[in-house]
Amino acid sequence: MSRSSDLAICTGGLRKIFSGKVAVRNLTLEVPRGEVFGFLGPNGAGKSTSVKMLLGLVFPTSGEAQILGCPVGDVKTRSKVGFLPEHFRFYDWLTPTELLKLHGRLYGMSHAKLRERVPVLLDLVGLTPHREKRLRDFSKGMLQRIGLAQALLNEPDLIFLDEPTSGLDPVGRRLVRDIIKAQRDRGATVLLNSHLLGEVEITCDRVAFIKDGEVVETRQLDDDVEEQTTVSIRAANVTAEVASGLSRWSRSVRAEGDRLMLSVSSRGVVPELVRYLVSSGADVYEVTPQRLSLEERFLEIAGTDGGL
Amino acid sequence: MGVWIMAGVTFREAARKKMLWMALAAGGAFLILFGTGLHFQAKDFAAHGMSPVLRREISFGMVTMGLYAVDLLAVLMTILTSSDTLSGEISSGTIQAIATKPVPRWQLLLGKWFGFCGMLTAYIVIMVGGVNAVTYALVGVTARHLASGLSLMWMESVVLLSVTFAFATYFSTLTTGVLTLGLHGLAFLGGWIEQFGAITQSPRAVNVGVIASVLMPSEALWRRAAFEMQSPLANAMRISPFSTLSVPSMAMVFYAALYLAIALVIAMHRFSRRDL
Ligand SMILES: Nc1ncnc2c1ncn2[C@@H]1O[C@H](COP(=O)(O)OP(=O)(O)OP(=O)(O)O)[C@@H](O)[C@H]1O
Ligand SMILES: [Mg+2]
Repeated sequence: MSRSSDLAICTGGLRKIFSGKVAVRNLTLEVPRGEVFGFLGPNGAGKSTSVKMLLGLVFPTSGEAQILGCPVGDVKTRSKVGFLPEHFRFYDWLTPTELLKLHGRLYGMSHAKLRERVPVLLDLVGLTPHREKRLRDFSKGMLQRIGLAQALLNEPDLIFLDEPTSGLDPVGRRLVRDIIKAQRDRGATVLLNSHLLGEVEITCDRVAFIKDGEVVETRQLDDDVEEQTTVSIRAANVTAEVASGLSRWSRSVRAEGDRLMLSVSSRGVVPELVRYLVSSGADVYEVTPQRLSLEERFLEIAGTDGGL
Repeated sequence: MGVWIMAGVTFREAARKKMLWMALAAGGAFLILFGTGLHFQAKDFAAHGMSPVLRREISFGMVTMGLYAVDLLAVLMTILTSSDTLSGEISSGTIQAIATKPVPRWQLLLGKWFGFCGMLTAYIVIMVGGVNAVTYALVGVTARHLASGLSLMWMESVVLLSVTFAFATYFSTLTTGVLTLGLHGLAFLGGWIEQFGAITQSPRAVNVGVIASVLMPSEALWRRAAFEMQSPLANAMRISPFSTLSVPSMAMVFYAALYLAIALVIAMHRFSRRDL
């Protein structure tokens, strides 16, 4: 158990009910400082609502939460927090420069500081050529970029990005990845909501799968972690008797074309499996341990009902 | 600090969206129409050889009429322009990136309120000043107690502004507008019931009007303003539709001030506590 000051986010039994509908059932979570943490889950799982509760936009029905060691809703803490909302909307009669200045002023930054910081951020998100254009004439991706810049204005210690890549072209998505990496290197904590699993896999240190407003599972994304693995086996002369003997290592054995797919508890059992098959007279051509990808796990958790 | 930033944004928004300039243009058109009408009337009175006393009374009547139109305009402008500012930003989600900044929510709301307050103050001063300037230039009269009349008209708009803000923390834009306007309509009707009750000496009808003013004191402020501004003769003789036997008391003015403050506090409190 870490001390609460080492944690960027710490929640206990956070719950939100919107007029009878449970949006977040029970969110219990600890995110240490400096981590890039991903929130995964089907549509309507309660990811955005959780983020909004952590930001003090939505008031929890019950439970408690702290960010950066202070209870959520604390006004001062917000000067160290950045936020890109799911649907970034802003006064569309402003230009990007004006928008960043206004947000900076709300963060309590001085005019001098902003004169220096705003061009840097505009440059970072590639909007320098459009800096005098009204936001109303911006495309969706351009708005998303200015929203990102806005979330980084105050060099926050904790950044919430709710689907930052939505509406972005591949270059923009790459940009988000680079930004997250740069923020991590700076020591900031990032909480990322995203449906793009490939992206999450690349950027996050750890992810939580959320379904029906509850953390179903958290997963470290380092490669050397011992965890559930799928083994794909291509072999001939496997009798039904031999195949059923495999259930010693795996609860789920299924045939997929000319392959057998086994779900095992760790890669460590692979040599044992091979010995067993060979000694049972099977001709083994190929044995490939596959880590269950985020996507497979996601689909497993979301279920076949479309997750809704 | 946050208050002034938000007040500034509100002002800039009105200017950028041309709302400010359109309101001023409409106001200018209003004053030109009013001046033209008054100009011909003054000419014709002179031609008819009307007695100076009567001319003066009619001129006073024209001032009151012009101010009545300004009052109606100010009421509508206040409700129309301000009912979207909070509910609109809540429903569009614009408020989300703002309300997560290190500024307490009540300051955000108060800032917007000050922004609108500034604009409607400018509007009312320009319009009331304009009507009086026109009548002074053309027929040589101005409202009697201009300063107190102006303050009461201003207060009427501020009451409506605060009520709009309070409703906006609960309801959508349209509902907010409908509710505030509806409440003002109630007060408006109540005012006339009170007036006729006084003329026909029906104290119970007067009480109906008083109750309406308690529910929404906006119209009572206008009637007090009219009483302050028109000629004593008109007040006494009931020759204008605004003369009153039943003048809202100073107690009603204090009540309106309290009402305004409570509406604003409710707005700030509710805005600080609701989900965004
Ligand atoms: N303001 C609200 N009023 C009522 N219900 C709401 C409100 N906001 C969210 N919900 C409900 O709460 C549930 C969780 O919504 P939320 O937006 O948190 O999901 P999400 O995980 O972010 O989904 P997505 O992946 O689609 O963004 C949904 O069923 C939604 O309908
Ligand atoms: Mg969401």
